Amino acid sequence: MRFRRIVYGAAGVAGLVVVLEVVSRTGLVDDTALPPASTVLREAGRLAVDQDFLVDVGATLKAWAGGLLLSVLVAVPLGVLLGSVPVLNTASRALVELCRPIPSVALIPLATIAFSTVVQQKMALIFYACLWPILVNTLYALRDVDPVAKESLRSFGFGTPAVLWRVSLPSAAPFIATGVRIAASVALIVVISTELVAGGDDGVGLYLNETQAGGGRNDLLLAGACWAGALGLVANAGLIWLERIAFRWQSARSEGVA
Amino acid sequence: MLQITGLTHSYSDGHVAIDSLDLTVADGELLSIVGPSGCGKSTLLRCIAGLIRPTGGRITLNGAAVDGVPDDLAVVFQDYSRSLFPWLTVRDNVALPLRRRGKSRAERRAAAQEALESVGLPDAGRKYPWQLSGGMQQRVSIARALAYRPSLLLMDEPFGSVDAQTREDLEDLVLQVHRAEKMTILLVTHDIDESVYVGDRVVVLNRSPARVHADLPVTLSADRDQIETRGLPEFVRLRAEVGRLVRGGARIPGAVPAGAAGGILKSDIRHQKGVGPDTMADSESGGTRPTR
Repeated sequence: MRFRRIVYGAAGVAGLVVVLEVVSRTGLVDDTALPPASTVLREAGRLAVDQDFLVDVGATLKAWAGGLLLSVLVAVPLGVLLGSVPVLNTASRALVELCRPIPSVALIPLATIAFSTVVQQKMALIFYACLWPILVNTLYALRDVDPVAKESLRSFGFGTPAVLWRVSLPSAAPFIATGVRIAASVALIVVISTELVAGGDDGVGLYLNETQAGGGRNDLLLAGACWAGALGLVANAGLIWLERIAFRWQSARSEGVA
Repeated sequence: MLQITGLTHSYSDGHVAIDSLDLTVADGELLSIVGPSGCGKSTLLRCIAGLIRPTGGRITLNGAAVDGVPDDLAVVFQDYSRSLFPWLTVRDNVALPLRRRGKSRAERRAAAQEALESVGLPDAGRKYPWQLSGGMQQRVSIARALAYRPSLLLMDEPFGSVDAQTREDLEDLVLQVHRAEKMTILLVTHDIDESVYVGDRVVVLNRSPARVHADLPVTLSADRDQIETRGLPEFVRLRAEVGRLVRGGARIPGAVPAGAAGGILKSDIRHQKGVGPDTMADSESGGTRPTR
């Protein structure tokens, strides 16, 4: 079954590559606008060993990881605080719902004024974008902790802090991790958008901009985009893998029930 | 000794779960509390455990008023899959409450292993609760309670979610634990057979709001056997009597809307008569009330 899934998946990808190749080679689409898939893949292969591009990727990853880490460090404790103090929870709800839908990229102009370096701008915007999914997931996860589990520990005389630490947090952790994973993919969009708009010294977004200088090289642009997609894919898969290992009890239990 | 006087609890939505309930449980007693489902049994148990603060009345355990969770008390809940922590191994689940006892890690583990052995699960410690069958999981929660060495063990319909065979095994486990550990056990159940088979005494509650409807001593020998005991004429008689009382208690809700005020008044009168915790008198008055 698993083998079949892999084969079908690979066939789907290969099919798309062939279609793109044919569409471009036969002139159905202008091949400067959409270069043949083989060219794009060849350029992507070259980029993998291109020192300058690797520096760009490093800079993007650094801002991405830094901003994400910062938002985790703030959003999780904040979510725990808001989620466990009913007054704060109610008071903050409207604010959270108001701030959450503001697209981070809309704040790029503000960030360029507020922060002097592009690295700071990137991290601040990632922080803002990631704060909400993590905060909201933490809030909901804490709200949904099984009351029987909490009562079980309470019945042995444990107080509220102990129940929070030993029951609420462990049982909320898988949902918080899902929030972090969602935030990670949002962060990638934000970091590249910021690099495209705000510039700076290094970054994948910068590289993408540069491919358009002097005539424009769409094959290089698409090759870079392929790598940006690969980064997102690897980050997502890595986080899923970590969740599987850390929260084996959760998947095993839900499979047992089903 | 556990003493409950005039216990009343109404929820914030106005639902009265318990109405001036009196009950005394002697040390070392195994008391079955039986009543129709939704009669307020669980609320009663949660009040005794200090998990909810009753809106009226008094509960004392060994002379001290219950205000918050008492120190040497443990609860076994019906829903073992929600009560055990899936992220901890069986051994860590059992050992966790012992942190409250100021024991070292090694002592906690040793006590957990001992408790697991006493419920017949010597090899389950390294597994996770969800890797065990339902009956085994409930054994783990019983082990968790035993390791804590409570003087009062509360069980809230502990065998409601396991199959019949497992249920009988667990009933015998409770009897065995009770004999070995000499602790006071309150077992809440809606199963009439079980209440008689396990209990030294059976208290029948009437339906919401809960009050003591009848209080019967179980005149069976302490040695009980699933097949033999259940065949004894005395068992059959007791079971029939408890069954009648539970059904009598269950018929009340039809009369509640019209007679709600009357019900409160009646309990007030009973209270003034000074019947108090003497529940035998309750059972008689309960059985002969004209409204039933």
